[in-house]
Amino acid sequence: MSQADSIPPAQGSADQPGKSEPKVFHVSSAPHLTEGATTRRIMFEVLAAMLPMFIIAVYMFGGWALALTVATVAGCLVAEAATNMIRGRGQASLGDGSAIVTGVILAFSLPPSLNPYMAFIGGAVAILLAKAVFGGLGQNLFNPAMVGRAFLMVCFPGAMVNFVPTRLMEAAGVDATTMATPLYAAARHLAELPSQWELLIGNVGGCVGETSALAALVGGLWLVLRRVADWRQPVAVLGSVAVFAAIAHWLAPDKYQGVLYNLNSGALMFGAFFIATDYVGAPVTPKGRWIFGIGVGVLVMVIRLFGAYPEGFMFAILIMNALTPLIERWTTPTPFGGHVAA
Amino acid sequence: MIAALRERIHVLQKGLKSFQRGVHPPHRKAYTEHRPIELFVPAKDLVIPMAQSLGAACEPIHKPRTEVKYGEKIADTDAFVSAPIHAPINGVIGAGTIAVLPNGRRMPAIGLKLPTEGSPLPDNFLASFLDRNWDGVEPTSFDPDEICQKIRAGGLVGQGGATFPTFIKLKRNSARPIDTILLNGAECEPYLTADHRLMLECPEAIIVGLQLAMHAAGAQRGIICIEENKPDAIEVMRKVARGRAGLELAVCATKYPMGGERQLIPAVLGRTVPSAPKGLPLDVGVVVINVATAHSIARAVVRDLPFTHRVVTVTGGGAQRPGNFLVPLGTLFGDLLEQCGVADDAAKVIAGGPMMGPTVPHLEVSVVKGVNGILIMSDAEVAHGSESPCIRCGRCIDNCPLYLSPTKLAHAVKHRDIETAERYDLMACCECGCCSFVCPANIPLPQYIRSGKNLARVQAAQKRAQEQAEQAKAKAAEAPPEPAAK
Repeated sequence: MSQADSIPPAQGSADQPGKSEPKVFHVSSAPHLTEGATTRRIMFEVLAAMLPMFIIAVYMFGGWALALTVATVAGCLVAEAATNMIRGRGQASLGDGSAIVTGVILAFSLPPSLNPYMAFIGGAVAILLAKAVFGGLGQNLFNPAMVGRAFLMVCFPGAMVNFVPTRLMEAAGVDATTMATPLYAAARHLAELPSQWELLIGNVGGCVGETSALAALVGGLWLVLRRVADWRQPVAVLGSVAVFAAIAHWLAPDKYQGVLYNLNSGALMFGAFFIATDYVGAPVTPKGRWIFGIGVGVLVMVIRLFGAYPEGFMFAILIMNALTPLIERWTTPTPFGGHVAA
Repeated sequence: MIAALRERIHVLQKGLKSFQRGVHPPHRKAYTEHRPIELFVPAKDLVIPMAQSLGAACEPIHKPRTEVKYGEKIADTDAFVSAPIHAPINGVIGAGTIAVLPNGRRMPAIGLKLPTEGSPLPDNFLASFLDRNWDGVEPTSFDPDEICQKIRAGGLVGQGGATFPTFIKLKRNSARPIDTILLNGAECEPYLTADHRLMLECPEAIIVGLQLAMHAAGAQRGIICIEENKPDAIEVMRKVARGRAGLELAVCATKYPMGGERQLIPAVLGRTVPSAPKGLPLDVGVVVINVATAHSIARAVVRDLPFTHRVVTVTGGGAQRPGNFLVPLGTLFGDLLEQCGVADDAAKVIAGGPMMGPTVPHLEVSVVKGVNGILIMSDAEVAHGSESPCIRCGRCIDNCPLYLSPTKLAHAVKHRDIETAERYDLMACCECGCCSFVCPANIPLPQYIRSGKNLARVQAAQKRAQEQAEQAKAKAAEAPPEPAAK
């Protein structure tokens, strides 16, 4: 007699009524435990880390900063929803927070005087041309926010370099409609440069979110400590910029600003922690992330010192994004026990 | 990051043995770690699969309706990589049947009916299994070949889960000498406590088994490896091992997968095992044996008792009466769980631990030599959520204890691109599950990798067959004209 056939499914004994029907269990592949990290949580932690920058931005530039952020996020969400609809894949991706992160990062890298309708276009283009056409989350080659910014620079070249004084400056009696950014001032050798303190707190002309190095540093360090952002890219970017700036300053102290000025100005602190650490555009391999970060840092300095633009973070990121597949291929990790023997 | 730093400081301060990367799942051992081993007496007939280990399947020895006694050999084979199977109870051989293994495979089996009269087991079976009187046993008085023969005759296989026949691992080979045996008491899988309880309740036999294994293999060192979260077991084992030649004790960091050979060996000895599938601990002069295997070695060699029972932890939020049970091999999960009670909200039944154990779809699965636990996870314990796109966060790479790139492997396998997967060292993966544990996108990475390995094997076999066919064809075509040309 086949024993296997004669044994009833084993739930409860026969004298327990209501338990006799065969119980069906879930079948799935191991592991059956998870640490609890989710894409959504990661995205919202990134947003939380950008809160200090956001607060400074609203303090320095008032309601325009808020309006710009709302406009870019709206542009991103509308484009995401529209492409989801066209591709017939449901609107679940709106909830994962990735489009909001793209929108906020884009808003933070726009000049505060920009018209919100331009910001909206930038957000929509970021998602549509840089993310959705490649297949959505995780598939894009280039950082969507940087593509959106590049698009706006081409379409609205004047508006994209029109920087205004902060409200703190206006209160101090500065009467101007435009304001040179610290890097522009340094590149053109203007007489009056902002102090380190002003760079740290963000009382300088510049893009919405990138003025205060301190706010970016605080949020960025929190992200690194939470292990949301990899520590390698910020260290590589800031380290290579510091080395490059130190050498340049040592060779020509009158012409080039020092290490701290370079670290605290422009998009660097914000970019090192929030843009260079973007998962999708950077290599996944540990060594590749070092190379990516160093490449961004070196390119930023090359553009700052020798380029036509005073700041080059966007270009640096886009160029390194393009090199990412190559870097990944080049830095295939060696397994702990060596490559598998043929 | 702060937690990781704190852990590293702790490891350095305490001088713990550890390895790079890996993860820290919740322990959840409180369900059963204080429950002494109990004897489980089957109420239903056993279904004993003919292959419970790596290697060849056995052939039944007896005809149906033959009465067999506890410990009698009931199946064997001439194949080298194999282990015979013995009757775990007194009973009557039934007709050939089909067993379902925990991994879902179906396997020819012997049905073993409970005896109509008398006890299925010898008297005081639990007491004799946990007998702590091993005084006067001199491991070196046995001949190394005799030890290996007795281990083979006892049907011993690795009880940590890999189920490789033990005698092969211990056989002396002058070309590849073994200098160290690691006794693996790490038990790094959450929930499981079978090895822990065995170390507490029967340490003498385990130590004798380790000494026998050292003598058989010609190893001078035997290192007992236990994770820090089992201080009572560390104390007991240290006490028993004291004064015996060549024995050391290594306290390991509580980290998953500490009990994996490729993590334990570098952690304890600082040696790197070459990558699977060709590289083996033997390549660096080491053999790792599980504590339960060592216990069985002592029983098989000194007392001539075959491997018929093993300690199985029944645990989890879905188990109404969790515990550590001494279970005859061939027991159906359902029979065992009927005595432990399955809660209404039980969602998954897992053979083994939650990190590597396969789920079983129903309970007509047999307990085989490699099953160290049955985990019944309640709905609340199970990780929910479905797979979402990879966001390339790199956590799987940062946590892989073998330094592989799980996301790259899964991506390649999804596109059935085995060539790329092999460039990322597909076959080196040990399927420990760290990658999926940390994945925010809920991607079942080990599942992709497993199916990739299968696909690679199939493709390799196809390629070999094609090459052979082409060679044969070429030979047939070339053979006649060749002499004419010369």
